[in-house]
Amino acid sequence: MSNITDRGLILACSAIGAGLAMIPGIGPGVGQGIAAGLGANAVGRNPGAKGDIMSTMLLGQAVAETTGLYGFATAIILMFANPLIGKL
Amino acid sequence: MVLAGNATRIAGELLTKAAAEEEELQLGVNGLIKLNIFGHTAWITTTHVNILIILAVICILALIANRKIKKIDEDTVPGPFLNIVETIVELIDGLTRNNMGEKHGAKFSNYIGTLFVYLIFANLSGLFGLRAPTADYGVPLGLALITFGIIHYNGFKYEKAGHITKLFKPVVLTPINIIGEIATPMSMSLRLFGNVMSGTVMLGLLYGLLPKLLKLFIWPGFGFLHAYFDIFSGAIQSYVFAMLTMVFTAQCFGDEN
Repeated sequence: MSNITDRGLILACSAIGAGLAMIPGIGPGVGQGIAAGLGANAVGRNPGAKGDIMSTMLLGQAVAETTGLYGFATAIILMFANPLIGKL
Repeated sequence: MVLAGNATRIAGELLTKAAAEEEELQLGVNGLIKLNIFGHTAWITTTHVNILIILAVICILALIANRKIKKIDEDTVPGPFLNIVETIVELIDGLTRNNMGEKHGAKFSNYIGTLFVYLIFANLSGLFGLRAPTADYGVPLGLALITFGIIHYNGFKYEKAGHITKLFKPVVLTPINIIGEIATPMSMSLRLFGNVMSGTVMLGLLYGLLPKLLKLFIWPGFGFLHAYFDIFSGAIQSYVFAMLTMVFTAQCFGDEN
């Protein structure tokens, strides 16, 4: 166990951190599902307004996705542009 | 027992050899040419080359459309290509008119159309083996900053000083309002970047997972992943980016419509 280098330790911990950073993916999944369900509900009630409902739903889902994408950006930074390696 | 042990050892050696021969996974942007500009190092990357290719394709299509439209008169029936072009133009005109009102919609359909067509081509370029330019954070950030400029130019044009004073409307919320204005281009660009980049990373990892020979046979199986990440996700994100640009800009027009 004694032959773990500092760099190796940072890389391993960054990989774990990148995995943990993707936990926010849960939130947008639930939110987009709720939005899609309510959209289906609305189309069922008023099939004539399908176009408007679709565009509103897609816009809302895209905005709800933002928090998940912040987590994804963190994960990508940890994987490909690791700022911690430079601190060795 | 010995035979089985040997077999597993040989299989393991073959697998590690195949993995070693595989070129390293390249998910990031590759630099092609190194430039030295006033002491700063700049790279010409695959993103620049891909953007030039995409622009060339769009320009050629536009020239063909222009030439065909000029040739047409009242008697001839437009061909399939012109029909597609007309559909796209009508779609974008309808979108801008619905979201920004009759008066302002016509002025913005040029910019929205350019944005939409460029983003569609950029996001679909992953299908043709190019690395999608929107998977490089500089490209979505640049587009989002253009949108930011348009929002605030129109804000000052139509609301005059009200564009500044509206930030202080409930005085307690001033910091949140300012952060909200700054977060707009950040979240817009991150949304586009995140969606395209996640597709690029997932497909790159899947392709890197397999040895070369196997890739040839499995490749058709990746079709649905390409269909989801490149076509569906790319088209939705282009639509959402254009839509958000329209919605944010239309906020500045107030109740004129």
